[in-house]
Amino acid sequence: MDNFWPIVIEAAIKSVFIIFVLATGFAYMTFAERRVAALLQTRLGPNRVGPFGLLQPLADAIKLIFKEELIPGGADKVIFLLAPVITVIPALVILAVVPWGPTAPIHCCQVTIPGLNITLGGAYFTIQSGLGLADVNVGLLYILSVASIAVYGVVLAGWSSDNKYAMLGGIRSSAQMVSYELALGLSVVGPIMLAQSMSMVDIVNAQSRVWFVVYQPVGALIFYLATLAEVNRAPFDMPEAEQELTAGYHTEYSGMKFSLFFMAEYIKMIGVSAIFATLFLGGWRGPMAEQVPLLGMAYFFAKIAASLFFMIWLRSTHPRLRYDRLMALGWKVLLPLALANVVVTAAALIDTTLFAIVVGALVLIGVVALAAYAWRRRASAGGRAAVAQSPAT
Amino acid sequence: MGAQAEHQLLEATVDELKHLFSPRVETGDTVLLNMGPQHPSTHGVLRVMAELDGEIIVNAIPDIGYLHTGVEKNMEAKTYTKALVMTDRLDYLNTIGNNLAYCLAVEKLMDVQVPPRAQVLRVLLAELQRIASHLVWLGTHTSDIASQSVLFYCFREREQILAIHEMISGQRMMTSYFRPGGVWRDVPAGFEEAVRAFLDYLPRRLDEYEALLTNNPIWLDRTRNIGVIDGATALTWGLTGPSLRGSGVNFDIRKLMPYSGYEQYDFNVPLGQNGDVYDRYLVRMQEFRESLKIVDQALRKLPKGPVMTSNRKVAPPPRSELGRSMEAVIHHFKLWTEGFNAPEGEVYVAVESPRGELGVFLAGNGGPKPHRVHWRTPSFNNLQALPLMSKGAFIADVVGIIGSIDIVLGDVDR
Repeated sequence: MDNFWPIVIEAAIKSVFIIFVLATGFAYMTFAERRVAALLQTRLGPNRVGPFGLLQPLADAIKLIFKEELIPGGADKVIFLLAPVITVIPALVILAVVPWGPTAPIHCCQVTIPGLNITLGGAYFTIQSGLGLADVNVGLLYILSVASIAVYGVVLAGWSSDNKYAMLGGIRSSAQMVSYELALGLSVVGPIMLAQSMSMVDIVNAQSRVWFVVYQPVGALIFYLATLAEVNRAPFDMPEAEQELTAGYHTEYSGMKFSLFFMAEYIKMIGVSAIFATLFLGGWRGPMAEQVPLLGMAYFFAKIAASLFFMIWLRSTHPRLRYDRLMALGWKVLLPLALANVVVTAAALIDTTLFAIVVGALVLIGVVALAAYAWRRRASAGGRAAVAQSPAT
Repeated sequence: MGAQAEHQLLEATVDELKHLFSPRVETGDTVLLNMGPQHPSTHGVLRVMAELDGEIIVNAIPDIGYLHTGVEKNMEAKTYTKALVMTDRLDYLNTIGNNLAYCLAVEKLMDVQVPPRAQVLRVLLAELQRIASHLVWLGTHTSDIASQSVLFYCFREREQILAIHEMISGQRMMTSYFRPGGVWRDVPAGFEEAVRAFLDYLPRRLDEYEALLTNNPIWLDRTRNIGVIDGATALTWGLTGPSLRGSGVNFDIRKLMPYSGYEQYDFNVPLGQNGDVYDRYLVRMQEFRESLKIVDQALRKLPKGPVMTSNRKVAPPPRSELGRSMEAVIHHFKLWTEGFNAPEGEVYVAVESPRGELGVFLAGNGGPKPHRVHWRTPSFNNLQALPLMSKGAFIADVVGIIGSIDIVLGDVDR
């Protein structure tokens, strides 16, 4: 146990670093959301505080900290105070198993120039697991289980507020998360089978030649949609549907408690983007990333940023789905599709002939199902003509 | 005792309101949800009492009166000219249309002829106002269904119309530009170019919005077969405007009872078929283009000439006459102090506002102030069909239905 304390200290430093990055990322994600949405909506967005408005998150934080914290008279105080904490902690710890860069031990600060056989600097100390906090062999299971805990915070917040809007938001979110958890869980089976491991480090290493998004386009799509629903992002932001439920589960929250919910939402966005990048976009992999670990981290951040930008784009473009349609999409479309994806992937890994047979059978089933659906739809709708016009008089 | 009895008359008891909701509310089987008057998507200060069975609406009762301004009563205390200013404040998205309805009523009561240039200007500006109003409708309606960006695009376009308003009257919204007998002044130089530029600009943008919405699966999902009302029911409930035409009833006052020379313009009346939110959306989207057609024709035929009637009993004399004519000075003094006397009688004039039939009932008593003014506002009547349309819908649909009947609360409570 002589290397126990170095490992603990290393883990502690990395944890603090990750939390710091996530908290800063959250602050600037709110800023980016407003600036990018403004760009798409012919506005300017926040641009007064600091250069280009870059200090806006700071101003928001100061405002929220000094804001009065209201607790409604009928609220269940303990749960009301606990709910934001329950929501934000899973969001903070979810990224513990995701590698941020090459996970081979790093000897600081030694740079070897390939070809010349020159080594600069000396190995003063060694970082054991490279740029990752933990390499757990059931990493993906850890992510799925931690991600599901957050729903408790939302449901409890909705229930304890003693407000009908909050209650509706909480109920919606529990139904939504339970439904999308299934599709989410099935969509990550593809990468697991391809990498033959549940460890995130192994999954990244398995993508050293080709990203899994090439092998698993359907899986990637389902994963992305399901995570959007999981983190309550538009167009699946049912629990906080502003137009119907004013603010959903956090209607009664103010000040820092409100910002904790916000923090959880945005950190979860960053988190699922990181997981998406790890599972399907090769994680930190990119040109020269093995040699220069920090470059790997830069690639990783760039992939996360691209995914986040896409989320903002989606939000400013599309209307919100209705609650029942969301459920229908989750159960009737995404879940069967994810199942089919698992079957096809498994067949492809075993044998080419089997793969052909399975794909043929699934295509047949799909065609039959689609035809039945189209026939029923036509029977029920009775056709629909375009809007007519009165004759010009 | 007397005060208490009066008090009870004003405030309904719980028992009196019980019939509005199903008995299941009392057992806790359904939930009564209060939406508004402060709520993000009730278009102002509308309050909706919604009885919910889970997410499904059992009944939704609109409760109005939170924006009551007393405009009708106030107008009785002002001269006919001064009362015009109140009309802007009714339906604040259709200010010019309100001016038009009121001016037409006064002109009918006084039997005043409006010169042709003023007629064409009125049509042109009323149609521009319709476009501006529909732009606000499109923006708020889409943002009710959580499509964020369209709102900003629509307000960008509307800004150009408001700039035209500012150009002609010095005001962006409350123009009071139409006056009994014509319009306030002739339009300034650069007006026709500004309108022409807008005409060239908007169709391209409309195509963009349609590309964003008309075939968007989520949009179709949220609007088709929602808030359905068939033509016959819509007629019996007194719906007018696009809310009625979405159900396929061909009723447009510009065609049926033309005013201001609408019969000289070539335009179609878009009609829907199913009477759902989507058809009302389609109808309004096509009305944009029909209005653009009318504006284009009006701009082409805009004749030269005076813009105010020469009837000195109604219209003040021009400034140039005041130094030369004693009669003009007398008219000027009389019109700006006492106002003109309208004969005894009652008139009703209806125009097609962006929301439907906007009617003015005006009763004169021989004096300079109206005896009674009553507005038949389309938002008020259209809103009454909300419980009918939203029964059985999801709570998310109610905001879409409110958006699709395009109410303006200033128009509902006056």
